[in-house]
Amino acid sequence: MDNIRVLIVDDSSVMRKIVERSLRQAGLSISQVLEAGNGAEALGTCKDTKVDLILCDINMPVMDGLEFVKSLAGVENNKGTPVVMITTEGSEGHVVQALAAGARGYIRKPFTPDQVKEHVLPVLAGKP
Amino acid sequence: MSANPTLAPSEGHEGWSTILQQAAQEVFQLMLSSTLTVPPGTVEDKDLDIVSMVGLAGQLCGIISIRSSLKSAGRMASAMLGAEIADSGPEMWDAVGEICNMVAGNFKNKVPGLGDGCMLSVPTVISGENYRLHSMADAGVIHAVLLFQEDPVVLTLEIHS
Repeated sequence: MDNIRVLIVDDSSVMRKIVERSLRQAGLSISQVLEAGNGAEALGTCKDTKVDLILCDINMPVMDGLEFVKSLAGVENNKGTPVVMITTEGSEGHVVQALAAGARGYIRKPFTPDQVKEHVLPVLAGKP
Repeated sequence: MSANPTLAPSEGHEGWSTILQQAAQEVFQLMLSSTLTVPPGTVEDKDLDIVSMVGLAGQLCGIISIRSSLKSAGRMASAMLGAEIADSGPEMWDAVGEICNMVAGNFKNKVPGLGDGCMLSVPTVISGENYRLHSMADAGVIHAVLLFQEDPVVLTLEIHS
C-alpha cells in the first residue's frame, strides 16, 4: 500500500515522533501523518478524516486506547480502519483485551523498527 | 536532590534489582541505541538534578524512578529522538518521562504475575536542585546504579506494602 495516511495516538509527543520515524524506517510510503494526544482527540480526527492506519497507545489521559478502539467502530469514516496498539502494557491479558476491543495488532514498548514492520505490514495487507 | 534516607533495603524481592537493571538496559538499547553499563566500582551519585517517576498500583504498589544529571538527561532525549534537543524543556521532560514509563512497563512485564496485576501511572518529571523526595514506601527499596556515557543513572524501586 502506497502513500498511506497514518494517525498516531500517544500522550507523549516524543513517542509520536519515534513511532513515525519507525514507520518510515520500516519502509512505509506515508503521505500524511496525523497526531492526537489521547483517544478523544483521535476520535475527533477520525470523524473528519479517513486514515489508512492507526497506531495507538493504551495508557492516556481523557480517553484511553482501549476505549478509543471500541468507540472507533461507531465512526462511519473509519469503520474497519486497522488499529495497532503500541504500549508499555505488554501482558497477555492486555493483548487479549486490545484484540477483543477491535485492535488488529499489538507492539510492546520498547520496540525496534523491525518489530514495527513485522506487526504493521501484515495488518496493512489485511492479514489477521 | 536526595532520596529518602530512612528506607530499608527491600526484603523478599530477590533478583528484582537485576530485573530492574535489565529492564532499563533493554529500553536504552532498543529506544536510544545506547548501552547502560555496570560501573566497575562505587559511583558518586551527586548532582542528579532531574528525576522521572512512574507510580505502580495493584499487586505491586510503589514508585519506579530514574535520576540523572540534566546534562545526561539531555543526551538521553537526543539519543531517543535522533536529534539534538535543548538541555532542558518540555521535549526533554517528555523523553525522560517516557524512558521511565518504558522501564517500569518492561520491569513489571518481566516479573511473573505483575504484567496483568499492576497498573502504571503517567510519568512525572521533577528537575532542579536542593530538594528531597519523601516517599511513603514502607516495604523497602531497590537501587541499581548504571552508567550512561560515563554518567550515573540511578534506578530506584520504592515499594509500598
